[in-house]
Amino acid sequence: MSDGNYDFALAIGGEAGQGIATPGDTLARIVVRRGLNLSTYNAYQSIIRGGHIFLTVRVSDREVRSHGDKLDMLLALNQDTMNRHLRLLGSGAAAVYNSDTISPGDYADGVQLCPLPVNDLTGSQRSGLNQNTVALGAMMHLLGLDFGLLEASITQQFARKGEDVVNENVRVALAGYTHAQENFTPFPMPMPEGGEPLGVWSGNEALAMGGAAAGVKFYAAYPMSPSTGVLHWMAQNARNLGIMVRQVEDEIGVANMVVGAAHTGARAMCATSGGGFALMTEAIGAAAMMEIPCVFINVQRAGPSTGVPTKTEQGDLWQALGASQGDFERFVVSPKDALDAYNTVPELFNLADKLQCPGIILSDLLISEGRYSINPRDIDFHPNIDRGELITEGTSNGDAYMRYKDTASGVSPRAVPGTEGHVHTVATDEHDEDSMLLSDEFTNPHRRRASVEKRARKFEAAASLIAPPEIEGPANAEVTLVGWGSTAGVIQEAIEQLADRGITANQLPIKWLVPLHADEITAALTSANKFIIVENNYSGQFARYMRSETGLSAYGHIRKYDGEPFAPHHIADGVADLLGREGGVFVPYQEVIV
Amino acid sequence: MTTIQLTARDFKGKIDPDWCPGCGDFGVLNSLQRAAAELGLRPHEIVTVSGIGCSSNLPGYINTYGAHTLHGRSLAFATGVKMANHELTVIATGGDGDGYGIGGNHFTHTARRNVDLTYVVMNNQIYGLTTGQVSPTSRVGQKTKSTPFGSVEYPINPITSAIMNGATYVARGYSGDVRHLTELIKGGIEHQGFALIDIFSPCVTFNLDNTHNFFKERIKKLEDEGHDATDWSAACEKAMVWGDEIYIGKFYHLESEKESLTELEPVLRDGPVAKRTGGLTEEQADRIMQRML
Repeated sequence: MSDGNYDFALAIGGEAGQGIATPGDTLARIVVRRGLNLSTYNAYQSIIRGGHIFLTVRVSDREVRSHGDKLDMLLALNQDTMNRHLRLLGSGAAAVYNSDTISPGDYADGVQLCPLPVNDLTGSQRSGLNQNTVALGAMMHLLGLDFGLLEASITQQFARKGEDVVNENVRVALAGYTHAQENFTPFPMPMPEGGEPLGVWSGNEALAMGGAAAGVKFYAAYPMSPSTGVLHWMAQNARNLGIMVRQVEDEIGVANMVVGAAHTGARAMCATSGGGFALMTEAIGAAAMMEIPCVFINVQRAGPSTGVPTKTEQGDLWQALGASQGDFERFVVSPKDALDAYNTVPELFNLADKLQCPGIILSDLLISEGRYSINPRDIDFHPNIDRGELITEGTSNGDAYMRYKDTASGVSPRAVPGTEGHVHTVATDEHDEDSMLLSDEFTNPHRRRASVEKRARKFEAAASLIAPPEIEGPANAEVTLVGWGSTAGVIQEAIEQLADRGITANQLPIKWLVPLHADEITAALTSANKFIIVENNYSGQFARYMRSETGLSAYGHIRKYDGEPFAPHHIADGVADLLGREGGVFVPYQEVIV
Repeated sequence: MTTIQLTARDFKGKIDPDWCPGCGDFGVLNSLQRAAAELGLRPHEIVTVSGIGCSSNLPGYINTYGAHTLHGRSLAFATGVKMANHELTVIATGGDGDGYGIGGNHFTHTARRNVDLTYVVMNNQIYGLTTGQVSPTSRVGQKTKSTPFGSVEYPINPITSAIMNGATYVARGYSGDVRHLTELIKGGIEHQGFALIDIFSPCVTFNLDNTHNFFKERIKKLEDEGHDATDWSAACEKAMVWGDEIYIGKFYHLESEKESLTELEPVLRDGPVAKRTGGLTEEQADRIMQRML
């Protein structure tokens, strides 16, 4: 808690299969119904039972753009969690645990231990089953919340299982609440009321919903963490929304199916992670060559190869930049947060349709699997849909139609199969205006040049169709932080921390990677005092890319590649360190071991 | 509007094939054009989708909507076309390397899904466009540029594979018998479900084993043998025959016992998804919003 604002973080740790999601979801529901903001990050492992899972839930009456730095309350569901994380709690924090099975170790002064003798409290020997619910009750008291809120939430959650189940769960929760009232001191600032009730979504749900709002009518996927949430939302909503959803044999099939459906006139999209994206890349080039608009989402995870499937990274930038052989244009965009991810999908579809080309979204595990509060009234459910120069009306006299007509803009009106009078063939081989292959019998250097230039010409104005990056924060700051995609929120918070330390900083968040606004970036950064590039990878993929496009080299770099996302203080510490030692690379230490 | 009966000539593409003189693929192209005309289809109602290889150049030579896609990916692309607009007649074409080799995964799963399309494979038992390497249907012992001492691998059996994978119309034709092949293709197009027409289409340049003479001496028509195409065991048995006698014709045909993906997919009941324009209705948006709260 700081600045008189409510800013509270709690974490729930245990092993997979212990039901961490349930108390997490219950609390999240209570929080957003009060109209408070929420950001959750779940550190997990590629395991269905066992291992260690650590869910961080941050609640604030202000906008929360990261999962934060500190923990105010720990709920340990097993001894391992206690061993790992109790040491991270500072004065004023509380640790809640089932004292039947878990004992605390060393802890800092001022930490309140909240042991729950679960079997005694519930009058049963089902400690393992009851501990989550007892703990929820105890936490309600610690958070300064009325028990009635939890009762209502439990009643709703278990309503389908019947009155007995509801009553038993309420009884168990009340036992925890009453015990806490008698034995524990609540946090000094009770959880306040916020504004109107909010909803919760994940970045993957936002991407899927963005697709639905953009008019996606064909979605295909092969399950791959951390992108599978998009498939789940699409599959759940397919029939209601009239969207064709297919789970395909592999990502090669996914991508080619998407290109085929897009060619036929449906807005088509797919999502995967780096490994699946690698399999999709030849089809991305095919979409470019055949000039078929479609959207490919890569939810990045730690690589290379199978890598760390449940951990985050920004390691696929160069993969996206170079996806598929040959020399061609594509859009590449990295949304900053879940709402931005939602808004990016229809915008990218409009651009892809306008320029008849592939578009790539680089999300990451942090955005996609994080769950965030959202005011649904802030979501534009009816974004503008612009299909570009699409021919769907037939004519009996279309003999003169040429699919790849060499126009001034490079964009050729696109007829979809089924349209009378516009019969043509699209080809992954190089082709002329009339779809004749220039690859076999009719190779012709001049026609090849004209075809390459026609496709490239479409992109001459591409940068003007999208918003350039802008400096956020104070002008004339001592240091400008440059990040791309999901780091925008955590950098913003780091800037606030730096201000407290007497360092003025601002940031230049980059969303559009291709086309890159090289001129605007150059203008912003040459007028900045010093700039530091922040990214979630080892080699500085964005730093190298930006240098290749602008010639600019950063004063310093903050890089993290341990699989966990940045916390604000990682960046603030890095800036302070780099400013004191003439730049270089700062790699923050990850305190929470998960 | 009066419908004018089109002829095979109306399905002739803008350019002539660049295949070698004597290539079996001419007969396949000819049969496809005849089948389309005889079924009363019109060029804009058909999408011909191919992969890469000599035979995959076919979409350029036929007057229908065409897509000359990536090597091995014709079936995936064609499934996307069919699922976006199931009112179109979708024909996938290609060779044995394209379909049974690099595209083998899609062959398996397109058959399993029983996607309503017709897959015309020009099987010459060799890689032609890359100048003569062993293919998934080359016989054991076959000498090619990549097996100069003879292949030591067994070939795939496209017919039994298709049947096992769930295809509901499985036939084999011979490009030297255009009339017979035309009927097989027509049957495949009319069939609701995945139809495979595997076709002996000799490569006169690189495969000197499986020549026109080789097939002419051996092939027998299943219909002359009184074969019952609804008999699964008989179909598999006949498909395993390879020697002095080789069967062509319709091996297996499940007419209506197994629904196609088009029929099974409820999303298609309101018409082709490609024709649904726009994003969310007010009602849909409201439902999504209520579910989030």
